[in-house]
Amino acid sequence: MSIDAATPLIEARKVTRILPGIVPTTLVSDVDLVIRPHEFVAITGPSGSGKSSLLYLLGLLDVPTSGEVLIEGKVTTVMTEDERALARLTMLGFVFQFHFLLPELTVRDNVTLPMRALGRLSREQMLERAEMLLSSLGLADHMKKRPDQLSGGQRQRVAVARSLANEPPVILADEPTGSLDSKASEQVFEVLQELVAVQGKTVVAVTHDLAMAERMDRQIELLDGRIISDHAHPAAQAPA
Amino acid sequence: MNLIFDIAWTHVLARLRQTGVAIAGVATGVGFSIMMASLMQGSQDDFIKQLVNAMPHITVSDERRAPPPQPAERFYDAAEIHNLTPEARRRGIKNPLATMAALEPWLPGGIAPTVRVQAIIRYASHDVATAVVAIDPRREASVSDLPKQMRGATLAALYRATNAIILGDRLSEKIGARIGANITLQTSEGARMNAQVVGFFHTGVRSVDESTAYVLVKTGQILAQQTGLINELRIRLGDPMISREIADRVERETGYKSVSWQEAHEDLMSSFVIRNLIMFTVVGAILLVASFGTYNIISTITHEKARDIAIMKSLGLSEFTVRSIFVVEASIIGVAGAAVGFVLGYLLCVGLGSIEIKSPFLDTDRLPLAYSYVHYLLAGIVALLSSVVAGYQPARKAARLHPVEIIRGAT
Ligand SMILES: Nc1ncnc2c1ncn2[C@@H]1O[C@H](COP(=O)(O)OP(=O)(O)OP(=O)(O)O)[C@@H](O)[C@H]1O
Ligand SMILES: [Mg+2]
Repeated sequence: MSIDAATPLIEARKVTRILPGIVPTTLVSDVDLVIRPHEFVAITGPSGSGKSSLLYLLGLLDVPTSGEVLIEGKVTTVMTEDERALARLTMLGFVFQFHFLLPELTVRDNVTLPMRALGRLSREQMLERAEMLLSSLGLADHMKKRPDQLSGGQRQRVAVARSLANEPPVILADEPTGSLDSKASEQVFEVLQELVAVQGKTVVAVTHDLAMAERMDRQIELLDGRIISDHAHPAAQAPA
Repeated sequence: MNLIFDIAWTHVLARLRQTGVAIAGVATGVGFSIMMASLMQGSQDDFIKQLVNAMPHITVSDERRAPPPQPAERFYDAAEIHNLTPEARRRGIKNPLATMAALEPWLPGGIAPTVRVQAIIRYASHDVATAVVAIDPRREASVSDLPKQMRGATLAALYRATNAIILGDRLSEKIGARIGANITLQTSEGARMNAQVVGFFHTGVRSVDESTAYVLVKTGQILAQQTGLINELRIRLGDPMISREIADRVERETGYKSVSWQEAHEDLMSSFVIRNLIMFTVVGAILLVASFGTYNIISTITHEKARDIAIMKSLGLSEFTVRSIFVVEASIIGVAGAAVGFVLGYLLCVGLGSIEIKSPFLDTDRLPLAYSYVHYLLAGIVALLSSVVAGYQPARKAARLHPVEIIRGAT
């Protein structure tokens, strides 16, 4: 589908998320945010500032206490749980801080999982696509292995491959390089960069590596669940 | 669908030992249920078979179900007479030969005339109330197994002496009469007759063996003091299960009360219903207990796999898909348990069937067992259903889980 560059892909309107409890915890407070197609966005901030929480809200994993999250202009708060699940399956790719692969499935089966859940491709097409994705991420030799037989960086790249399975326009990554050494981090970063530059995806990545954030198009900084700055990096590589 | 099954299968394989225990639980339940059903049905069938073989399938007697209308009732609408005292002297079936000839063309079985007289047998110092049944030995084979149940002589021995009599083996033991013994028969009407024991029979039904004796029709008529009397027609059918319908038709055509063996043993039939009810309750309880094991393992797996469930849900797998995974796991346990249970049940039956038992009440030296696919089918269906029901609750809970709660906790 072609997306008008002017239509926001994801939009947050006055989003607040409060965890109920004896002492209610405010995770995200009054956030207004627009993510447009082909952006490579960094979310930064100190630990506990609500970066992950915001990402879950943008990725429809969590529902705001008040405010709205819109995907391609559609209000998501009125959707049913299954409608949100379908939106996640088709529109959004997640990469978590920890790889979160299914331990019993092979690398290749982990990547085909979202495709099988969607069921739009034939079995051959799914396998072909999974192999293509994994090869492009340098994992051609590891398809039949299980996640625990891979290194951290390899697992994270499998997670990226999985997030791309159903060709979603948006990839949301929560500290995708957080648990990796600098070499592996650089590899994963380059993969994400390429997704935006070559494939025209939109990537929103949480990171507390400021140097890395500098190299992205736009940096949103959080503190105590609020956006304290949101600015573009003109120096960063221009989209292809 | 395939995806659901694949993931369910990996979970089952990852917990092989525990699923094995759950499967063993279901299998034990199914196996013992089959054995129970087989034993209960077998003993019931065996009992009915003995019962059915020991007596005519249908007895046509010289009674009417309703008393004949009285002249007063015929003439005055308002007249109604209750509690008529029946005639002391029963007349017997009119034209028994013509009646039999009318029934024989359509009757799917044999028919034989009988005189039934109640008498006291006297021998040595014993007095035993006995049903004296007067028969035609040439026709007897078509209505009962008596010719096959003879001990020490054949039915033809009845022709060998005047007033020859054949006793049930338990009856003869009771009074101590051997072949050749001269016993005395006495009826309540005051008739008295000497008879010579010419043989014994053994049906295996205790009540019959200890209180029945057979004589010739002619002898019976003398004992009843009514020449030409036939007061009972006995019918045996090829298929005893249609006795009720045939009895109804015989009664309609002859006007005489025709009682099928089922009607004669209505109380017994209803006690079978109760017996079966008890059996189903016990079997149901066994299978229910087995399903607890399934519940247990499915809850354990859903707890252990909470993170995987969160991953799947965060990727966008629907609640239905996640729920189905665990319901399928429960079904795998149910199906595997039923399959193993079938084998177990069959082996238990074979094992039980090979045990020799000596019982004074049973003729057979093996436990009667009925093999029926219905037992397997029922036990299998109940096991599968209860497994699915047991797995559904934890599956539903797992499917409703909010992925973000787990993911928050894990990072
Ligand atoms: N399950 C929870 N229960 C209560 N409070 C929580 C829970 N999860 C997170 N929080 C709180 O919510 C706030 C935001 O957490 P969040 O995980 O979004 O921060 P973050 O910016 O991602 O931090 P980090 O960089 O350490 O990952 C924190 O103050 C945290 O203490
Ligand atoms: Mg975080």
